[in-house]
Amino acid sequence: MSLTVLTYLVVGFTFALYIGIAIATRASSTKDFYVADGGVHPVANGMATAADWMSAASFISMAGLIALSYNGYGGSVFLMGWTGGYVLLALLIAPYLRKYGKYTVPDFIGERYYSDTARVVAVICLILCSVTYVIGQMKGVGVAFSRFLETDYETGLGIGMFIVFFYAVLGGMKGITYTQIAQYVVLITAYTIPAIFISLQLTGNPLPQLGLGSTLAGSDVYLLDKLDMILVDLGFQEYTTTLRGSTLNMMAFTASLMIGTAGLPHVIIRFFTVPSVAAARRSAGWALVFIAILYTTAPAIAAMARLNIVDTMQQSDGQALLIEEKPAWFENWEQTGLLQVEDLNGDGRIEYTADPETNELTKLDNDILVLANPEIAQLPNWVIALVAAGGLAAALSTAAGLLLAISSAISHDLLKSTYMPSISEKAELRASRIAMAAAVLGAGYLGLNPPGFAAGTVALAFGLAASSLFPALLMGIFARRVNREGAVAGMLAGISVTLLYVFQHKGIMFIPGTSFLGGMSPNWFFGIEPNAFGVVGATVNFVVAFAVSRVSAPPPSEVEELLEFLHEPSSAASQAPPGAAH
Amino acid sequence: MAEGKNVERRQRFAARVRSLMLRLLVVWFVVSFGFGILLVEPLNEIRLGGYKLGFWFAQQGSIFIFIALIFAFSSVMTRLERDYVDGEKESRQ
Repeated sequence: MSLTVLTYLVVGFTFALYIGIAIATRASSTKDFYVADGGVHPVANGMATAADWMSAASFISMAGLIALSYNGYGGSVFLMGWTGGYVLLALLIAPYLRKYGKYTVPDFIGERYYSDTARVVAVICLILCSVTYVIGQMKGVGVAFSRFLETDYETGLGIGMFIVFFYAVLGGMKGITYTQIAQYVVLITAYTIPAIFISLQLTGNPLPQLGLGSTLAGSDVYLLDKLDMILVDLGFQEYTTTLRGSTLNMMAFTASLMIGTAGLPHVIIRFFTVPSVAAARRSAGWALVFIAILYTTAPAIAAMARLNIVDTMQQSDGQALLIEEKPAWFENWEQTGLLQVEDLNGDGRIEYTADPETNELTKLDNDILVLANPEIAQLPNWVIALVAAGGLAAALSTAAGLLLAISSAISHDLLKSTYMPSISEKAELRASRIAMAAAVLGAGYLGLNPPGFAAGTVALAFGLAASSLFPALLMGIFARRVNREGAVAGMLAGISVTLLYVFQHKGIMFIPGTSFLGGMSPNWFFGIEPNAFGVVGATVNFVVAFAVSRVSAPPPSEVEELLEFLHEPSSAASQAPPGAAH
Repeated sequence: MAEGKNVERRQRFAARVRSLMLRLLVVWFVVSFGFGILLVEPLNEIRLGGYKLGFWFAQQGSIFIFIALIFAFSSVMTRLERDYVDGEKESRQ
């Protein structure tokens, strides 16, 4: 059976599964639609959260980002940042918002700061960061289709939209939760199988996490030592020690990703679906277990695939690879443009060096490390088909979670809570379906016509969540004295500072040529790169909020009561609905 | 009287939660920002198999410890809340 047919079969099977789940889990009330009726088991929610969280970028790009763009150790900022945020979420945010017991993040901000303005500002922050994020997912779907199924980008995107439309509009959070669980199983299988085989081949140890610290099979040289040595020989810096920028930049980058993670609404709302506060805490632990399976495998794939590529480029006699002796996978991926070779000195060999003047491997895309992995390890075709299905599962599950965050902010926070409080439950459910349909179509449109700023997705989404929503939530839960004026001023100041910094270095709305300070590192504030600036924006938010709160009237007594309620000890038994205790 | 006792119990509960959070967040900071970034160079002198120890904390160890922290928080909180609820029943009797 040809690879394309096999890939169609595997992907088709997973899509049929998602549609089957959608039909079985239709939403019948707004509580179903927003929070899956609050009846999801904590382990199941952990799995759904993991799929919700791990995007096309985590699945396809992260290993390459660590190994190539950040040269190994520097990429640790992503590994620690995108997992450490869950500690903040589990300790400081999720249990309290679950206790609050409503449907959305702006819901809480609006009530805690007794203000429609605060709620609307929160909705704007939420939509800004979720929309930039969802564009990346839509692009991921289109790219995955066009690479594996040989459709064009537009067709792939259309098919992906149709699938998401089906289960998100029909099932809301309920449908999304159960499809995300299926998608997690697909994506984690697809990610770990090639990693296990590569680890076995290189080190004889099937666990990539252990293989990365082992000796190479048939020798007593450690894998990481070998990698350091070869890269230094080729003129690169050491894999295991090279900093990204400076120590301060790595601290700021890690902190920004952590607090951004803890402030992303599409992740937070997943914890509204479990039956109790205790379940929300446990569920965060399970979410991180399921995430860690991928996140501790990724650095192994990064190092091992980089070693494989370098080894391919060096022949046993120490000479560079002859062009006519390129392996088949190399030629396959050259056709996609992810690999490019140019024989600059005309000696018929491909020299891979750190020096751009002599380097002849002129393009080595980050995505290659995960996408070409099964072929490099000479795994059977069904594994390659599975990787395609896994990449699509990662993109679709994250897109659906983001779309739900967007549509519930529109139907619940803008319509029900702010502009049309008299709307009936049935009408709100209909409105939420319409909002979801519009969000899917809007995201699809933006996926087809990506605006200039889509390139900066990560910087913008994390920067916004870190500098606006996280501080507002944290102060809302723990700082009694912070009031309406403080919160609104803080959020606006945090976003403005972050946007200003990102735009001044990367161009206004990322339009090239409009950056007034240039992207050059000498102009960076204390050497902090724009992607790492969220933590500075968050600090500004905190300072402004406390200062403004100090000089304006304290919050009314209802807020005091709300905080009393949030911090009240709750037993699992007293909160779980009958039959939901585990 | 009972009212005053309740307030006191409530404050004791809040203090315990605060100190639990603080201790766990110190560990969270030390294993990631501390071992993974600030102290990475001296730790890299120590080996864990083929891993330099600082590199291992940055790419593997911190993540495992994060998981342990969340489950520790979850189980201690459950115990604190149970103690509190038990105390409440006692004071009603």
